[in-house]
Amino acid sequence: MALTLMEGNEAIAWGAFDAGCQFFAGYPITPATSIYSAMLQLLPPEGGIVLQGEDEIASMGYCLGASMCGHKALTATSGPGISLYSEHISFAIGSEIPLVIVNVQRLGPSTGSATRGADGDIQFMRWSNTGGLPAIVLAPVDAADCYTLTIHAFNLSERFRCPVFIASNKEIGLTRESVDFDALEKPALVERVVAPEGQPYLPFRPSPDSEVPYFLPIGGERISRQTSSTHGENGYITTSPAEISAQIERLERKLVSAVDSYSFHEADLSAGADTLVLTYGVSARAARQAVNELRGKGQAVSLAVLKTLWPVPTALLRQLAQGHKRVLVVEMNLGQYSREVQRVLTGHEVQHVGQMDGVLIKPSQIKEAVHA
Amino acid sequence: MPETTLLNSQRPPLFCPGCSHDSVLKVLDKVFVNMGLAANQICMVSDIGCSGLFDTFFNTHAFHGVHGRALTYATAMKLCRPELNVVVTMGDGGLGIGGAHVLSACRRNADITLLVLNNFNFGMTGGQCSATTPQDAVVGSGFLNRLDLPLDLQKVARAAGAPYVAVASTYQKDLGAILREAIEYKGFSVVEIQGLCPGRYTKRNQISPKSIAEEIAPAQEFNGEVKENVRPDYGQAYRAQAAAQRKVPRPAGLQALYKPPQEDGRQTVMLLGAAGQRAITAGELAGMAGLLAGLQVTQKNEYNITVLRGPSITELIFSATPIDYTGITQPDVVLALAPEGVERRYGVFAQLPSQTLVIRAAGVELPETRAQVETVDFKALGLNKLDWALGSLAVMAKMNKVISREMLQAALEARFRGKVLEASNQVVDKVYAGAA
Repeated sequence: MALTLMEGNEAIAWGAFDAGCQFFAGYPITPATSIYSAMLQLLPPEGGIVLQGEDEIASMGYCLGASMCGHKALTATSGPGISLYSEHISFAIGSEIPLVIVNVQRLGPSTGSATRGADGDIQFMRWSNTGGLPAIVLAPVDAADCYTLTIHAFNLSERFRCPVFIASNKEIGLTRESVDFDALEKPALVERVVAPEGQPYLPFRPSPDSEVPYFLPIGGERISRQTSSTHGENGYITTSPAEISAQIERLERKLVSAVDSYSFHEADLSAGADTLVLTYGVSARAARQAVNELRGKGQAVSLAVLKTLWPVPTALLRQLAQGHKRVLVVEMNLGQYSREVQRVLTGHEVQHVGQMDGVLIKPSQIKEAVHA
Repeated sequence: MPETTLLNSQRPPLFCPGCSHDSVLKVLDKVFVNMGLAANQICMVSDIGCSGLFDTFFNTHAFHGVHGRALTYATAMKLCRPELNVVVTMGDGGLGIGGAHVLSACRRNADITLLVLNNFNFGMTGGQCSATTPQDAVVGSGFLNRLDLPLDLQKVARAAGAPYVAVASTYQKDLGAILREAIEYKGFSVVEIQGLCPGRYTKRNQISPKSIAEEIAPAQEFNGEVKENVRPDYGQAYRAQAAAQRKVPRPAGLQALYKPPQEDGRQTVMLLGAAGQRAITAGELAGMAGLLAGLQVTQKNEYNITVLRGPSITELIFSATPIDYTGITQPDVVLALAPEGVERRYGVFAQLPSQTLVIRAAGVELPETRAQVETVDFKALGLNKLDWALGSLAVMAKMNKVISREMLQAALEARFRGKVLEASNQVVDKVYAGAA
């Protein structure tokens, strides 16, 4: 075993590289900048492209253009950048453009604190598009997750033709830790499905037995058409309510109906425990420590760490919560994901443990909450 | 057989009667046909507004995006597909909205063509003023257009670095020749095409093909290549630079070669420094030293966004078992190197137990603490302030706390080469030669 000291941001860049990412566009912003720096080291010598956009809006525009040409594209920013990405996020969702967006969250609102961590954008990433359609959001806990979930993110973006968010945090992105790099889990790669030859191409008709259309790259042999406007299967603007609803409902259905197949998580449940500590992101690390210390004193406590936050893995949540009286949701905000847990687990007492002061939630706070 | 038109038979052009866009569309189609281009060799990129209908009306690759951002998609497409002819149509609305992208595209010089269909107002929304509306025009924005100067795209594009800039009238006979020259130009080419908007603009304003021709005549003398901006296009330049970059080796990791001074349990170190002391780098070195002893390590950093000012703090955990929570409340070792760092962690000192070791740089005042405090006069050891953080690691190693000298030495060798390594070794040597 040979250990490498690696920060989460660097692990994301390597994950993207190993996922076959060929295009990165971004704009420097703390605490996400080192993803851009790492991609600039990794991609150009391999024939890939890295652009520094004139701003975040441009960075996303570059990614959309590249993705439609068939490249796997990545961008990385923090909360203020997500705000500027928003119009293009809507475009990517509505027009089914594969893309991975890393949000190394920092304390908001607004300019906030560039070098303080938070999980303050959890609802924002879900609702950052006009139209309110779902997006996939994955949340890493540590550098190893940053690597593996980035590959999953590319796979999901290719499989469903949609943007996928990585909800990182300054406390993961800029924290270095020992990683056994060669031993990291590397999921098999998934690629978007190119339209078969010999039949007319309808850019937004789902392929047979699927909710996802075939892909044709812009610039390829066959003509490809892309639009940000409300469109029918043929990619032209439509005013037909039937066509519109068929397209838009499919965009929701393709992600929500399949979430059981990508509900990444860790479950460490204790028989007879009253309390389930449910958490995600960097707070999972404090929660693990707290739960281990409580168990060391003979107390049965369950722990679950969600790594797929959106769409809400409803079936998984119900299964995890089964048999527990109380669910403590630990997160670095004032109760964003707690709302979803409350909504799904109606028969349980759901409590939120969290704060927004730029400081990690401590294991002692979680232990106190379990005892309270 | 070559195509006779690349217009889309499924979506025939549909503009207001008398709209200048309709004429430009047909001229552009002829240009494509005359150039012998096939449908799959062209991508029409557009955004919002009446100019945003162009992509639909052509049976080519087509990309229709959000207002003002067409140049961003087009730039990436050209880089990903160097053989593709990428033509952007934009209105004067998109020109104003996407101003940063226009400037950037001029500076960048990707081999794409921007056609700005300037009809002096926002047609679709009711004829409000745009970035090019004359001050004396009557538009849907009340008096507001009287206050802003219209943008002169030709001057702006030339100043921003576009190597091909032209101003044209929709109605001039040789518009096709100008468009062809622009499309064939190797680099970023901008053509502003002025025309009439019968739907919104011509009813209330005196404008005609003749007045446009007169108005643009002086500017047209400068049409064509802009000598001082000629250079290799971005794609060409990018590929040359990229090919010269060295590949990054995959992280190889460090083998565990040494035994740590404290073999069991966990050790935590808090380095309280100031920006410019290379505190974060020292933390990385300490972390690598830990890896060289087979330990798990986390390094959590805290600093302000300002450069070379303010606190710089690094918190390290070393453990034989996996590390969960990365925070430290009661460090085993505190390296107090600067008042800025100490102030940021002021509250920690009162809680330190007596077995905690504090290595204090001489001159740094500490709050009341029960911990064991060792003062080191780095200046007297001959260390530059930049090297105090590394020096404090050497002090730790000398006291056989957390890391050993051989661990630190191996970390330096893994991290640095040449002169930097030599200088770093001298820092360690100076600490070891010192009296403390």
